[in-house]
Amino acid sequence: MPLLEAVRLAFHALWTQKLKSFFSLIGVLIGVTFLIAVVSIVQGMNVYMTDQFTRLVGMNSFQVRRFPGIQTGNVSEEQWREWRRRPLLSEDDAAFLMANIQTPVLSTRNCQGRAIVKLGGKEAPDINVTAADATVFRIKNYDIENGRGFTAQEVRAGAHVAVIGDLVAEALFEGIDPVGRSVTMQGIPYRVVGVVAKQGTTFGMSLDKFAIVPFTSHAQRWTCPRNAVRQLEVQAADVVTMRAAIDEVETLLRARRGLGPTEENNFDFQTADGALEGWNKIAAILFAALPGLVAISLVVGGIVIMNIMLMAVAERTKEIGLRKALGAKRRDIMAQFIVESATLATVGAVFGVVLGIGLAFVVKRVSPLPAAVAPWSIGVGVFLGVAVGMTAGILPASRASKLDPIEALRAE
Amino acid sequence: MTDAVIQMRELTRAYQMGTEIVQALRGVSLQIRRNEYVAIMGPSGSGKSTLMNLVGCLDTPTSGEYWLNGQEVSRMSDDALARVRNHEIGFVFQTFNLLPRATALQNVELPLVYAGMGARDRGVRAARALERVGLANRMDHRPNEMSGGQRQRVAIARALVNEPSILLADEPTGNLDSVTSEEIMRVFGALHAEGQTVILVTHEPDIAEHAARTIVLRDGQVASDTLRDHPVAA
Repeated sequence: MPLLEAVRLAFHALWTQKLKSFFSLIGVLIGVTFLIAVVSIVQGMNVYMTDQFTRLVGMNSFQVRRFPGIQTGNVSEEQWREWRRRPLLSEDDAAFLMANIQTPVLSTRNCQGRAIVKLGGKEAPDINVTAADATVFRIKNYDIENGRGFTAQEVRAGAHVAVIGDLVAEALFEGIDPVGRSVTMQGIPYRVVGVVAKQGTTFGMSLDKFAIVPFTSHAQRWTCPRNAVRQLEVQAADVVTMRAAIDEVETLLRARRGLGPTEENNFDFQTADGALEGWNKIAAILFAALPGLVAISLVVGGIVIMNIMLMAVAERTKEIGLRKALGAKRRDIMAQFIVESATLATVGAVFGVVLGIGLAFVVKRVSPLPAAVAPWSIGVGVFLGVAVGMTAGILPASRASKLDPIEALRAE
Repeated sequence: MTDAVIQMRELTRAYQMGTEIVQALRGVSLQIRRNEYVAIMGPSGSGKSTLMNLVGCLDTPTSGEYWLNGQEVSRMSDDALARVRNHEIGFVFQTFNLLPRATALQNVELPLVYAGMGARDRGVRAARALERVGLANRMDHRPNEMSGGQRQRVAIARALVNEPSILLADEPTGNLDSVTSEEIMRVFGALHAEGQTVILVTHEPDIAEHAARTIVLRDGQVASDTLRDHPVAA
């Protein structure tokens, strides 16, 4: 019997028992849905994470810190205590590094805190205030759409000036040009010199609720630990130079702190790669667990289909007898039931693909993840469906093909 | 001898029933020529069904020889027998045995599917077979949209479609009323007149009367084999 004939027959059999067919293919459906959805979500998260960490840290910049600022995964109690024993990155450390580094880099001291920014009676709460050097605008590549960044002279002079984020400008000024006006933070007035263009959100947090002030301003007192900086941000022209700069900073700081050759660093570097490392671990676990999850539902799906097919063979014994009487060979009967089983599973797989893609789109809609369906996962899904169906069909088909035509014709 | 379609020599068939061995056929020798119209009769337990299964190549004998249209089928494998059934035998059953969800045309096409014929040729051949049994206008009807007589005629068309050597009918009127029975017997009569070899298995004497030759089985052996000078013209 030609394959096309068998497939047509299989669809006919499926269509006449829609509800039963649906329940029998639900296992395969769930398995393939899982596969498509998880793959696309994980890949989407990959893209998202890389993108976001790059925005936060930048691929060609790093931070020198007392301990890592972005932690993914669990930090052990012991690790935490070790971090706590480390010395702070002092202002002198920072100045030493900035003065002695030979690799061409831009660097800035950086301390951050939260404050309420006030203008007259109006308040912008929960504003991320950064005290930094003038290079911060080049390192962060801020797009100052109105006004200017503060200068190195202003930093040296300890001037009370501020560059504010778009949301701060919106909350306080509403249509008035903020440049030249004063806002207060912790009771001290700062003259607004620039407004940064809207940047959107990362990990669901707004990137526009911030103010940047000179490192030497009053804000240093409440953003930095005493005589120390939170981090030194360093930017190189490219990734290779950045690696060289990290090595150099490591050598300089170890020498300055008098660390012996066997002692560990008592400071840390934060890079985009380092931040991504934790996420990569999570993605690897998800990908490792995926085959197991998919396999379980496919095995269950296969068993369900096998039972449905065994029932079908029992119900259609007389039909099988008739077909044999009319000249069907063993392999004709075998092929009929294997194709029927494979068709059942493939239909399940196709529905699974559709559902999986749908799920990926729902995730894309309700979350910031750019869930993208991987074409290979669709191929794998459909292939698995066919394979499960054929495998599940072997036993019922073989049973059908071995029926004695006389006995089978007598069945009711 | 040369125009013998069926040649049986000393056929026996024994079944194992638990610990007992039942001799269903105890040495049957028969010869049926082309274009004969034969009725096989006998009470239940006479070996009538066993003989029919052997004639129809659904079963193989325990001993003896069976030649069908020049081939010895008594020692064939299952798949070889399937091919012989497909090419040489046209079955008509008491209960019609049509596929309920397929149309008349699709039902008639079924043997051609197993003969490996392409869809287009199948349609043409099946339509012609339905015309022969007077159902040209019922091709797209499903079995449940047809009367018993029409269903049996679809079954006859299905039996004819591969141009078999023998048409083998097992109680073909057993599920039909007497008027419809006569109608079906007229179809068999007409096919016989066109040159078809017909073998009827029946326990009804008035159905057997349509055949020119009646073979009666008793206790697994041929009890009588008589020719009728004037078979009932249906």
